[in-house]
Amino acid sequence: MTVSLARTLATTRRVLGQLRHDPRTIALLLLVPVLLLVLLRYVFDANPDSFDFIGSSLLGIFPMITMFLVTSIATLRERTSGTMERLLVMPMGKADLIVGYALAFSLFAIAQTAIATGVALWLLGLDVAGSPWLLLLVALLNALLGIALGLFVSAFAASEFQAVQFLPALIFPQLLLCGLFAPRDTMQPVLEYVSDVLPMSYSVDGMNEVLHSADITGDYVRDALVVSGAAVLVLALGAATLRRRTE
Amino acid sequence: MINKNGDGGADAGQPAVRAHDLRVRRGGREVLRGLDFAVPAGSVTGLLGPSGCGKTTLMRAVVGAQKGVTGTLEVLGRPAGSAALRPRLGYVTQAPSVYADLTVRQNLEYFAAVLGLARSTRAAEVERVLDEVDLAARATALTRNLSGGQRSRVSLAAALLGAPELLVLDEPTVGLDPVLRNALWGLFHRLADERGTTLLISSHVMDEADRCERLVLMREGRVLAEDSPPALRARSGVATVEEAFLALVAADADNEKDNAGADNDNAADDTRHREA
Repeated sequence: MTVSLARTLATTRRVLGQLRHDPRTIALLLLVPVLLLVLLRYVFDANPDSFDFIGSSLLGIFPMITMFLVTSIATLRERTSGTMERLLVMPMGKADLIVGYALAFSLFAIAQTAIATGVALWLLGLDVAGSPWLLLLVALLNALLGIALGLFVSAFAASEFQAVQFLPALIFPQLLLCGLFAPRDTMQPVLEYVSDVLPMSYSVDGMNEVLHSADITGDYVRDALVVSGAAVLVLALGAATLRRRTE
Repeated sequence: MINKNGDGGADAGQPAVRAHDLRVRRGGREVLRGLDFAVPAGSVTGLLGPSGCGKTTLMRAVVGAQKGVTGTLEVLGRPAGSAALRPRLGYVTQAPSVYADLTVRQNLEYFAAVLGLARSTRAAEVERVLDEVDLAARATALTRNLSGGQRSRVSLAAALLGAPELLVLDEPTVGLDPVLRNALWGLFHRLADERGTTLLISSHVMDEADRCERLVLMREGRVLAEDSPPALRARSGVATVEEAFLALVAADADNEKDNAGADNDNAADDTRHREA
């Protein structure tokens, strides 16, 4: 697969242009995570340690969920409206399309996470030992993973109804097993093994490293690499679902 | 398979599209059942037939978007779907395939970039196609706010970008008012006459047939006849292409009844031997 920078950037600009005509979606994308963190802060009013742990974990989980939803619906629309077919009979590389989308939504993920992290750290008193940049990096990798998953499932969804149902199907099990509800090593052993291969577990572990340690630990690097690897793998699977010739 | 008479393509007498024993299977059913036809370069060729007869499948095969194609299908001297053909084709799907949440100009600017047009020529090219489909006045409107007819013209404008050698248009005039339809057919002929563009245009409206130089009549995944409108009328001794088509359909249905099985194919062959 060859990548054409001009076509990739044109696609990024186009996706951002589409979002610009949809200010409500922009507002929801940027504000909902912040409001949920505020909510969480007061849910754990008497228990700031729990807020630190769950809040920092959520900073990574939000972008995965929102980018998953946005990407799966956006690509599904491309597939059903015929624009995807038009692009693929034009001199458009599949990689141009995918990277173009990933760039556009990553920019959004960065804005979303920067706002949420800023508010959490400086207004809600989220207490982390490490650098906020490390939180941001894991959040961005999670956003990429969400984009990749969204692209992938859109191939298996015939309608928006189905696409949205993939959220509980693919994301919720990860949420339950990632260590947020119970430490992973206390789960039934089979579930513990399953959680070992789910990328969200590594995202939460990585955020935890930043929470407890002022330096970049080896575990943090491993966690970040696992999440990136999962994102690249799923992105490749998603690319394989883009077919120039279809039924 | 590629036998070029010259280098010129359009003027070399080589058809822009040539099909031999073209078949498409979709979901276990044969949708195109052994087509032979040719679209002469620089012509306006109409693809006519009832809904569901395989027109869209055929057009998707020509542009390389259809899976399960067997037989020979050459487009501009290359196998259909070749990467080298992509910048040389324009394709308009039945439903307008444009972004509803972009303005008309943003849509066209994006597709111009995807085509790989040089940045310096893009703006002028976008204005040109806007003029051609008479949408210059709505260039800054959101596509979602346009009428259905206007939206399908945005889709057409996108296909005109970069002056493609072959335009494949799937029912481009459906749902348009008579004035607009007239204007678009004028545009189609101008493109063929002035630019040498080949146009393959599908329609199920028979009164558009006389606007074409050549017709390919289809029924149930097969080509019933392929000729100029006057020749088709003369062949059946009727006044309109619609009557000619109905006569051909009736004859075809009779043949189907009379010759079951393999003979069926031979009967169909008789009616489509002309261009072979």
